Amino acid sequence: MFTRKSLLAFAGVLLVSGLFTGCDKKTPEASSDKSTTTAPKEGGTTSTKETATAGVGKAAEVARDASKKIKIVYIPKNTGNVYFDSVIAGFKKAQGELNFDFDVVAPAQADAAAQIPFIKQQIQQKVDAIAISPNSPDAVKPALVEALSKGIHVITIDADLTGNEEGREASITPMDFSLVGKSQIDLISELVGGKGEIAILSATTDAPNQNFWIKGMKETLKDPKYKDLQLVDTVYGNDQDQKSATEAQALLLKHPNLKGIIAPTSVGIVSAVRVVEASGKADKIAVTGLGMPNNLRKYVQTGSMKKFALWNPADMGYIGSYLLVGLVNGKIKPSVGGSFEAGSLKERKFGEKNGIIAGPPLVFDKSNIDQYHF
Amino acid sequence: MTTTPTPSQKRSPLQGLLAHPLSSEIVAFLLLIIAFFVGTRLSPHFLDRDYLLGVPSEYIEAGIIALPMTFIIVAGQIDISVASNMALTATIFGLLYDRANLPLGGAIVLALLASLLLGAFNGLLVAKSRLPALAVTLGTFALYRGIAQAFIGDKSISGFPEKFNGWDARFLAGAVPMPLVVFLVLAVLFGLVLHRTYFGRWVYALGTSEPTAQYSGVPVAKTQLILFSVTGFMAGLCGLLMTSRYSVARFDIAQGVELDAITAVVLGGTNIFGGRGTILGTVIAFFLMVVVRTGMGLHNIKIEKQLIVVGLLLLFSIILPNLLRKQKT
Repeated sequence: MFTRKSLLAFAGVLLVSGLFTGCDKKTPEASSDKSTTTAPKEGGTTSTKETATAGVGKAAEVARDASKKIKIVYIPKNTGNVYFDSVIAGFKKAQGELNFDFDVVAPAQADAAAQIPFIKQQIQQKVDAIAISPNSPDAVKPALVEALSKGIHVITIDADLTGNEEGREASITPMDFSLVGKSQIDLISELVGGKGEIAILSATTDAPNQNFWIKGMKETLKDPKYKDLQLVDTVYGNDQDQKSATEAQALLLKHPNLKGIIAPTSVGIVSAVRVVEASGKADKIAVTGLGMPNNLRKYVQTGSMKKFALWNPADMGYIGSYLLVGLVNGKIKPSVGGSFEAGSLKERKFGEKNGIIAGPPLVFDKSNIDQYHF
Repeated sequence: MTTTPTPSQKRSPLQGLLAHPLSSEIVAFLLLIIAFFVGTRLSPHFLDRDYLLGVPSEYIEAGIIALPMTFIIVAGQIDISVASNMALTATIFGLLYDRANLPLGGAIVLALLASLLLGAFNGLLVAKSRLPALAVTLGTFALYRGIAQAFIGDKSISGFPEKFNGWDARFLAGAVPMPLVVFLVLAVLFGLVLHRTYFGRWVYALGTSEPTAQYSGVPVAKTQLILFSVTGFMAGLCGLLMTSRYSVARFDIAQGVELDAITAVVLGGTNIFGGRGTILGTVIAFFLMVVVRTGMGLHNIKIEKQLIVVGLLLLFSIILPNLLRKQKT
């Protein structure tokens, strides 16, 4: 009794998949009739013929109707992330100026491949353009190449497809990362009065951007201008608050003469300033680095943190909108050395591999922090 | 396995349905049909044969792992280390191929062997130490991914040959994507073993009552060892399939796949305490999840809301048959 019923239900599943064979959207019943009479294996073969016609249909639809409103979708790394909410705010600002349809979709977790189903859903919806902040430079490439092959314009925002640049037409990077190391040393030097012991609280030992920035800081320190600054330690908090706090605490104990901590990570910087404030040494030890205004606002207001840096993520969404609308209209053709007008932010240039730098580092302090909400 | 109760009294059609031994499967199937039609209403892009045949590929690893997971849960156990096993096997494969320069076939065989051992390790701990599988596999859940991360850190290993990459872009008879074909073939195989062999009966016996099974001569430890080893092997296979799909091996792939697989099993009517469940139910529930996510995804429904719907669906499909079964007695 068991098998017959399971087979029946199994046939039912196949019947539903038979509905999928309804290429002609108006008559799903007709095609399902057909598949109820065919055995599962034959179902596979009947569908072969229809694939060819479906393929032709898709190719013909690539040319877009110019009178239609442009549809742009942004796929951030994950949802509920204030940083990407700021990027989205940038898109929405540009939306008010350029009049396009805009939507945001994203996975709940920022793992390497979680964005793939979302990309495919957008391809299926035949949007005009996709902006994505990829979680991995390689896992999403095939899906993005598929989007490009179907006439959808693709750019990356915030993170690039390093080594897989054929998956996008252009890339918007928040700032010139080779300047991070130098600007961080400039900041700490200013805060500690140009001399004393300093330490770095980083994320993980193998995070590429962190290591690149730390290298930049060490290079900068070789400049005789900073000869009185001594880098005494580099510790890693793994971008976990608890671990970062423990490491910061250890720094204070190990180096009683410490004058400054640089934490070029949005997690570590909060842990560091909290530990320093709690130990009552906020007037002796300066904490700076890269961080988010929302997390650091209260420390800036109490004076425990004087200055820190980042960039304005909203600029990337704003520039991305102008770029994508231009790509869809055919008015912007990315080429190294070329440029385009990004609304009120004026001209932006295509650099190496069509990379675009959104802007200079932005330093936050008491005077400007309340203008930023991420 | 299950017997049809004698119709001693008059029953409404609903009660009749719920008295049916496959009531949970039927509920899941009805939900699948509803989800399908809601999908067609939500988006004009939903009813596209090529697309619909292709979407299960995005979640295929969860579907494939749900098959051995059905066995494990029917046997009254659980394995939450499967996704970590996937990541570790993918990592081992990547290292063997890319760093140790092994030929493709050799790297695949050795990686699969490793996944089998990872599964057997779970099985040994469960069978010999008598620890609950939840505790054991919670440990290996962290351990296996930890080892994978220790091996390659935040790096991606790529550069696999074209014949290995992109198995989801290959088709049977030019139309049916290979992942769907492989999943259905495996489902039939696992279904035959669970519902048609002595081994399958041992699995049900274990999940119904382990002491009784022991006294009836079921080789408890051996069955458990086989179950966890096969699950480990299938997880490893999925790790390689995912690596092929993404053309890249990383330590952080497949996060949450264990939960998707367990959701498919439970949604398909398998009793989380063991003793009851079918491969058919798991297969239907897997398609239900795919259709629900795709339908909502094409309508750009936010992921938080999608998770709420999947959660409610799960609760509904578990609670409804149970409630009505109780009413019946």
